Amino acid sequence: MTEIVMSQTPPILHGPSEKERKYDRQLRLWAASGQAALESANILLVNSGAGTVGAETLKNLVLPGIGRFAIYDEAQVGDADLGVNFFLDDSCLGKPRSQSLTELIVELNPDVEGSWYPNEGVKTIESLLADSPLFTVIMYTYPIRPEQLLQLETYGQQHKTPLVAIHSAGFYSYFQINLPGAFPIVDTHPDETATTDLRLLTPWPELVAFAEELTKDIDGLDNFEHGHLPYVVILLHYLQQWKAAHDGKYPATYKEKTEFRKIVQNASRTNNPEGGEENFEEAAAAVLKTLVSPSLPSGLKEIFEYEHSDPAEQRSGFWLIADAVKQFYQTHQCLPLPGKLPDMKAQSKVYIQLQSIYKAKARKDAAEILQIVQATPGGERVDPAEVDLFCKNAAFVKLINATGGRGSEISRADRLKSAAAREFANDETAALTLSPPSLLPIYLALQATAHHVDTDDNNSDGSSLTAEAILSTIATQVPGAEEKERVVQAAGEVARAAGGELHNVAALTGGMVAQEMIKIVTKQYIPIDNTCVYDGIGSRCQVLRL
Amino acid sequence: MASSEVHPGSEPSRWAYLDRVRTRPGPFTNPDMFNAEGVVAAMEKMKVLVIGAGGLGCELLKNLALSGFKNIHVIDMDTIDISNLNRQFLFRQADVGSSKAEVAARFVEKRVKGVKITPHNNKIQDFDEDFYMQFQLVVCGLDSIEARRWINATLVNMVDEDVEDSYKPLIDGGTEGFKGQARVIIPTVTSCIECQLDMHAPRAAVPLCTLASIPRQPEHCIEWAHVIAWDQEKPFPQLDKDDPEHITWLYQKALLRAREFNIPGVTYSLTQGVVKNIIPAIAATNSVIAAACCNEALKIASNCAPFLGLPDDNYMMYSGNDSIYTYTFRHEKKDDCPVCGQLARDLPVDPAWTLRELVDSFAARPEAQLKKPSVRGEGKTLYMQSPASLEAQTRPNLDKTLAELGLEDGQEIGVTDPAFATVVFKFRLRFKQ
Repeated sequence: MTEIVMSQTPPILHGPSEKERKYDRQLRLWAASGQAALESANILLVNSGAGTVGAETLKNLVLPGIGRFAIYDEAQVGDADLGVNFFLDDSCLGKPRSQSLTELIVELNPDVEGSWYPNEGVKTIESLLADSPLFTVIMYTYPIRPEQLLQLETYGQQHKTPLVAIHSAGFYSYFQINLPGAFPIVDTHPDETATTDLRLLTPWPELVAFAEELTKDIDGLDNFEHGHLPYVVILLHYLQQWKAAHDGKYPATYKEKTEFRKIVQNASRTNNPEGGEENFEEAAAAVLKTLVSPSLPSGLKEIFEYEHSDPAEQRSGFWLIADAVKQFYQTHQCLPLPGKLPDMKAQSKVYIQLQSIYKAKARKDAAEILQIVQATPGGERVDPAEVDLFCKNAAFVKLINATGGRGSEISRADRLKSAAAREFANDETAALTLSPPSLLPIYLALQATAHHVDTDDNNSDGSSLTAEAILSTIATQVPGAEEKERVVQAAGEVARAAGGELHNVAALTGGMVAQEMIKIVTKQYIPIDNTCVYDGIGSRCQVLRL
Repeated sequence: MASSEVHPGSEPSRWAYLDRVRTRPGPFTNPDMFNAEGVVAAMEKMKVLVIGAGGLGCELLKNLALSGFKNIHVIDMDTIDISNLNRQFLFRQADVGSSKAEVAARFVEKRVKGVKITPHNNKIQDFDEDFYMQFQLVVCGLDSIEARRWINATLVNMVDEDVEDSYKPLIDGGTEGFKGQARVIIPTVTSCIECQLDMHAPRAAVPLCTLASIPRQPEHCIEWAHVIAWDQEKPFPQLDKDDPEHITWLYQKALLRAREFNIPGVTYSLTQGVVKNIIPAIAATNSVIAAACCNEALKIASNCAPFLGLPDDNYMMYSGNDSIYTYTFRHEKKDDCPVCGQLARDLPVDPAWTLRELVDSFAARPEAQLKKPSVRGEGKTLYMQSPASLEAQTRPNLDKTLAELGLEDGQEIGVTDPAFATVVFKFRLRFKQ
């Protein structure tokens, strides 16, 4: 430390590069690692129908710098496009919509490459999929012809490519993410306040020794030192006293904890000029939140209990580390320490010492897990940085689509029926619980028109899409649903739009889909599982697993 | 219902999708408020004001132009910076340094035929009530609470119960990272931005003594450089937070201090983030929130579907961090709201406080957030920030306690702040025992 103070050489400066400046506001969310993932992504949009929601989604991906995109769209630009799609103008009339969209979207960011289909060389989706470098994610908008959908689904299964289906009409929309298997996320970005893990009920020797040293003569400390004891140290000190008076047991019940809090509050000095001590206030405030025994969060429990159906998946870095963490948990009855110390009133030097005690323990735990990983076949290839990240986030690691690999024997049709039964039953009690009604009727009404391709003619009035036709399609999928009032209303609303988009609803949906695409590509934050329905009349969303 | 007739305007094929929805009633349309034949003409006549041409503002202009509004004004005093280009999609590299309002207006006018957008390269405070009175709707995409409070107070003040056109619905959006909110305010009718102020509590300030003597976090070192070192050394006449040279100076100072105390984590990016109070922002979230706002604008203007504001919900919260979650609810109007309520708000105080402590406390109170408050008691001026002569005259009061100043439990005080010229924040003193 002295050395550094003495040194007068100015620190080496790393001003931001041009690119860092351009992407500054998003790098603060997903960092360089997320940006690199985004920049190496190659995405396909199969666009149809009114065609706006796909364009809006792409805009939100091109701006932050997705690597490259391709648009497949068989439509020619017509008048109706110009009233709803911002990435088309009068000069585009009559041209292939894929070409015009690509030209006006790629212009948003010179770092991004875009291409359009069908063209002279590539005339069908089939040949596009066969001839292109691997797609990272494929998005398609409804309505879509069933044979094209099948081609995309087949590709998705073969190449383990996530598919995102999007449907926007009038005030309604939904989108659905079809992941090729279980999708684990380590970097879930939990709320800062949720991540404090101080292990006050299971302190390790170095921490105990540090607290004891600072508090061995706690009453003899001068006011400055007493008023600057870190709250972690204060709590550890009075916990020892409590244990001594309670047969070696920590305060466990709510009553005991509030009693303990009283002890801490009473230990604060009030005969000083401030009439109290901030650090003791912090300590008292932390009692209920931090005096908790280690437990296994549900997300991690699901991971520990997960049964693999795919041996290749089992050998991936994530699962090797997850198995090692599970072993660690079985041995120690706790997770690896994340090692982050929240700010608290303390002298700089004392705080930094305490911080390094937490960091050292976190490093030790991570090293133990790395050792377990490396002792496993295939584990020698695992990046230690990946282990560190897992250990820091262990309590918040999440598995999406956990049953995706196995549960597929239950057909989509049956899943929809059981979801409908559940949602309609909930609606019966919704009024009592003051919860808003289910948005499943919107999904049912929209997807009844999912393959209604003949209305994608821009100048059609869509009059063949009647509420009656929509309800009769719903009746074949979820018998009885067609009689529910909310379903009848939703069908009426979808018929009103007659396959036409409202720009706002397309833009809003395109924003949500882009957020989800970013989460899937960067493997950060937590994507939906698996369908999000939007109601532009009530202004709200609902996520359903369908 | 879907078979009812479409009532198009002048370019029926171009606006076919929009007209199907806005000129035909749906199952949720209120027939008493809906006039199918008149919708298009009414919307084309409306004047809409957009405040802010940044991340939300670019989206708002695009969305309103494609929602059938023909006459839009936009106010923004900022110029385009390179860090805007990751989301403010109406701007290109070559536009850096130009006026946001002007470039945005020009771009949307060029892309969407038939829309007129009037840019104002100004502060909102440059305009008076006559200016704001010409609009039928105000849509805000702002990043500052203060500007929101100003326009809110102005619109509430403009309400004349006898004049229907004096009620200007205010639609407000805001984003941070993957989260955001959209809300609709009908001045004096629904809860207003001031009623909702405590939903945006200011970040707790780090105590000065922590900065000065016991830093522990990289942010403490940066704040020290920003608040203390800059003032001591005055390396440049005036701190310009957008000047990389100034940020570099602060970064270097902070880094040296961090090394002295062995504190890891000071970076250029963090320095910039702390000093400028940077809020992360992405195109996708702006797209969601701006569209939610404009969707309400379309519904309010056309009555083709129920909108937020009346009679139930008026606020939509959106979070995309963990799955997608929206919470749409009704925020209740507050009778003691200093802007739209009638009653004085209870203010717990200690009679042993000096007036200075009271004055300083207004900045940190989530429901007040007043940075330069002047205080009047009943019939008595206690402290005035300006003019200078009055400030000098009332300054000695700052060191007196509330009891010494003769203030009593239950007494009402009035607080004003130059940021909200027209508003008197009424508080009722409640002495702590």
